[in-house]
Amino acid sequence: MEASNNNNRSLLSKIATNDGHGEKSPYFDGWKAYDANPFHPQRNPDGVIQMGLAENQLSFDLIQEWIEANPNASICTREGVSGFKETAIFQDYHGLPEFRTAVANFMNQVRGNRVKFDPDRIVMSGGATGAHETLAFCLADPGEAFLVPTPYYPAFDRDLRWRTGVNLLPVVCESSDNFKITKEALETAYEKANLANVKVKGVLITNPSNPLGTFLDRETLKDVVNFINDKSIHLVCDEIYAGTVTTGDEFVSIAEVIKDDPACNLDLIHLVYSLSKDMGFPGFRVGIVYSYNDHVVSIARKMSSFGLVSTQTQHMLASMLSDDKFVENFISKSRIRLACRHDMFTRGLAQVGIGSLESNAGLFIWMDLRRFLKEPTFESEMTFWRIIINEIKLNVSPGQSFHCSEPGWFRVCFANMDDETTMVALWRIKSFVRKNRNLEIKTKKQFWQNNQHLRLSSRRLDDILTPHRMSPHSPLASPLVRAQN
Amino acid sequence: MSDSQHKQKTSLHSQATQALPDFHYHTAGKFPATQMTQTDPRRIQNSGLEDESRDQSQSSSTGMRLIVPLQGIVQGRGGLILGSVIPCAMYYILQFYLKRLRSPPNPPEQQTSNPSSPTPSSSNLAELSRSASRSNLLSRRPRLSSRVHSIAKSNDSPYYIGLDKASADPYDRFSNPNGVIQLGLAENRLTLDLIENWITNDSILGAGGGLSVNGIAAYQPFDGMPELKVAMASYMSQVVGRTVSFDPSQIVLTSGATPAIEILCFALADQGNAFLIPAPYYPGFDRDMKWRTGVELIPVHCRSSDNFTLSIPVLDQAYNQARKRGHKVRGILLSNPSNPVGNLMTREILFSLLDFAREKNIHIISDELFAASTFGDEEFVSMAEIIDSEETDKDRVHIVYGLSKDLSLPGFRVGVIYSYNESVLTVSRKMTRFSSVSAPTQRLVTSMLSDTTFIKNYTEKNRERLRCIYELFVEGLNELGIGCTKSSGGFYCWVDMSGLIRPYNEKGELDLWDKLLNVAKVNITPGSSCHCIEPGWFRCCFTTLDEKDIHVVIERIRLVVETCKSPS
Repeated sequence: MEASNNNNRSLLSKIATNDGHGEKSPYFDGWKAYDANPFHPQRNPDGVIQMGLAENQLSFDLIQEWIEANPNASICTREGVSGFKETAIFQDYHGLPEFRTAVANFMNQVRGNRVKFDPDRIVMSGGATGAHETLAFCLADPGEAFLVPTPYYPAFDRDLRWRTGVNLLPVVCESSDNFKITKEALETAYEKANLANVKVKGVLITNPSNPLGTFLDRETLKDVVNFINDKSIHLVCDEIYAGTVTTGDEFVSIAEVIKDDPACNLDLIHLVYSLSKDMGFPGFRVGIVYSYNDHVVSIARKMSSFGLVSTQTQHMLASMLSDDKFVENFISKSRIRLACRHDMFTRGLAQVGIGSLESNAGLFIWMDLRRFLKEPTFESEMTFWRIIINEIKLNVSPGQSFHCSEPGWFRVCFANMDDETTMVALWRIKSFVRKNRNLEIKTKKQFWQNNQHLRLSSRRLDDILTPHRMSPHSPLASPLVRAQN
Repeated sequence: MSDSQHKQKTSLHSQATQALPDFHYHTAGKFPATQMTQTDPRRIQNSGLEDESRDQSQSSSTGMRLIVPLQGIVQGRGGLILGSVIPCAMYYILQFYLKRLRSPPNPPEQQTSNPSSPTPSSSNLAELSRSASRSNLLSRRPRLSSRVHSIAKSNDSPYYIGLDKASADPYDRFSNPNGVIQLGLAENRLTLDLIENWITNDSILGAGGGLSVNGIAAYQPFDGMPELKVAMASYMSQVVGRTVSFDPSQIVLTSGATPAIEILCFALADQGNAFLIPAPYYPGFDRDMKWRTGVELIPVHCRSSDNFTLSIPVLDQAYNQARKRGHKVRGILLSNPSNPVGNLMTREILFSLLDFAREKNIHIISDELFAASTFGDEEFVSMAEIIDSEETDKDRVHIVYGLSKDLSLPGFRVGVIYSYNESVLTVSRKMTRFSSVSAPTQRLVTSMLSDTTFIKNYTEKNRERLRCIYELFVEGLNELGIGCTKSSGGFYCWVDMSGLIRPYNEKGELDLWDKLLNVAKVNITPGSSCHCIEPGWFRCCFTTLDEKDIHVVIERIRLVVETCKSPS
């Protein structure tokens, strides 16, 4: 088999034979472990629980309810079949006009109607994945690069780079700073790229952030906009989690920032959106490129023929998303449910002294397990991660797969399961921590000896009996950091 | 690979249409007429383009051979700055010098050209418009990728201009009787009523079944749901004939045939590698295959004297020429039934193609989008049938299929890669993350394909209706004294209007196309857009027509035909 593969390989492209798809990385072990032994409350209660998948299943009943109440929205029902012919045969890559209007409308509503998106700038693509690749194809040539603040979504390495030949350069953000994006970090990364003779074509931010679950404040966004205008490079802003912000009104879209900034060159601003997270149907594969640059709109539209959304789906979503009452209700209910789950999970973790970065968006938390590492290295992060997968039987994602600059952070998704499974997951974590308390304290002593910085974070476990969003063990909550602020 | 995802409505394009013929005249002077005699117009255009790139690559490689040792010398003494500046400067001077030396392009193969097209011409429109758009774009401040610029060229092709124009003012018997009749788009409107009936009456979706998105809203396998693969495999067997069986595990589903072909290009070829492609070919391939992958397409010219069928000697010649020019040929792309000609490949030619591919160690991509839309007496033979009888070399064959044509569902974006090569399948599956099919659509299509009685009935009726409308259309054309090649499959008539064009070259062809579009208001695709080597051929899609519209089309064409015939 191996031999014949090698034989084949001479006949395949470099893209086909390099490992740009990234699936050879050890992080896929977690997925393999889950696939081999998936948890089921009755049939396989000892299986691995999938907490590596950012999927929003909490509000699906609302969608199903709407679909059942509106049979004429689907062209494959008796009520809706009259629309079949024109929908099935529609092959214009602009998409159904009513679909674009409805999506623009939905995007407005998610952002509290503080901005208005223009339906004529909505370009379809095959999920946010396709949207990112399309923008990379449009904005950069092979060998050119985007700056991406870390930690960032691991699949960017594949989605943006694999077929386009574009590079991603990390902008290092640190836990001591709440992983905030700073001007200095951007400048440093830019300088570094210049020194390495790599042409920087843009900055890619995800707001709200995956994996952090935080969103950027207006000031930071302004800084980023100023930065890219100074350098005259592009800004790609991924807002696919905009609707998951539990404190909805506080979220600031890039669209609002540039509206208030007359000096900003709009040709540089591009948005990526999708319905996979906010509406919770990734299976529908609806991704959106929204660019303020006319030329990019027109080119991306031509590229959208490589990943169009089925007109059957467009047709259905057009009526669903233009139902304002439904959309409003859905967004608010979905937020409440996400907030409940978020609290349930973080409180449970806090009971055993596990903290996380304070967050109020996304479908995950950024869990702080630094004190469980034998040493503050990525090797011991990997070792501990294998323990989580094999012993605690949870598939979570280690920070290094997100290019996090500091070992010991893990992304844990909480919205792709029911309450019962969440309880099982929490119970497993709790019992592990309790069982290994001795071991943990021993390691803490090691830390005391050789790490001044980490000592701040290691208070006694029993201190925390009251639920906290953030662990008092986290340096973020330490008196020193507070004093700095 | 729907022709028509490209209905962009910009007024700019229609302006460009009108500018087309004049453009040609003005550029004519650029080329010495003596060199142009006895050469085929389209050959010049193509080879001109190819040569440009060849020149660049040659000069750059010559340049590098000089520069590398130079760099060593200079770096030894002058350090980093001199070491990089001097060779760079020399390299540019050298390139400039070589470019001047080589232009105007006059490749040797021009001399051995086609006697059937004696008139000189000057179709350098493509190069001109491309360079013009380039300079425009370069002046823009935020720079985009160079891929963006490369698209500008294909956008000015009459194929896209016509599509834009027709979609801006579409003909309708009742509401817009003076609109443009669309014969440039691959769209089959003949049998959709059957699917509508199925949904209303026989649909096994049942009450509420067509609604349910339960269990499919979450992430699905990017390369398609297993149940659709099973249904697709049995549908494909049904289409191709019961002798061939397709294996669901060799199926990768994509959002339409466009990404299917692109994914295969990404998987099989590196940037700069080439595919041989029998011409005339589907105009969309230039965008679908070349744009983002950087792959080259080398037309293998088929001629009217052979009824536009492919022969191995011609293929071999094209292969050798490509090799001589420094192209690395990675495969052959066939479309069978052919788009635009509508003919089918015989079993013999398919076997010899496989031998050819084996001998040269290259791939075969067989685009069989119209497999179930055959209506002639000839038998359709799938590449799958050929490879079934072979023991070896299965892993160089890849089939592209989809439901856009055979089930008239272009909007649903269901495309198929069927490959015998495990590595290609693995990579393609990974690439489908950029272009998967929406899950509700997959569920609908699964139930449709699983209803074999319905599918059988549909395919039969579709064939009948295709044949009927094809015959009516050809009859109409014959009345005007216009002939066409015999189509046995697909939605197109390949129409010979070479007798009506003056001068007998691409310019004459585009003049006639322009008249048909702007005077007669019929959008058809000129052969030049399909890279046909002989001027005067046109692709007409007849499946967008209703029987009642045929005489309208024919009358409109008659108008133009008469002005062409009368001495003016």
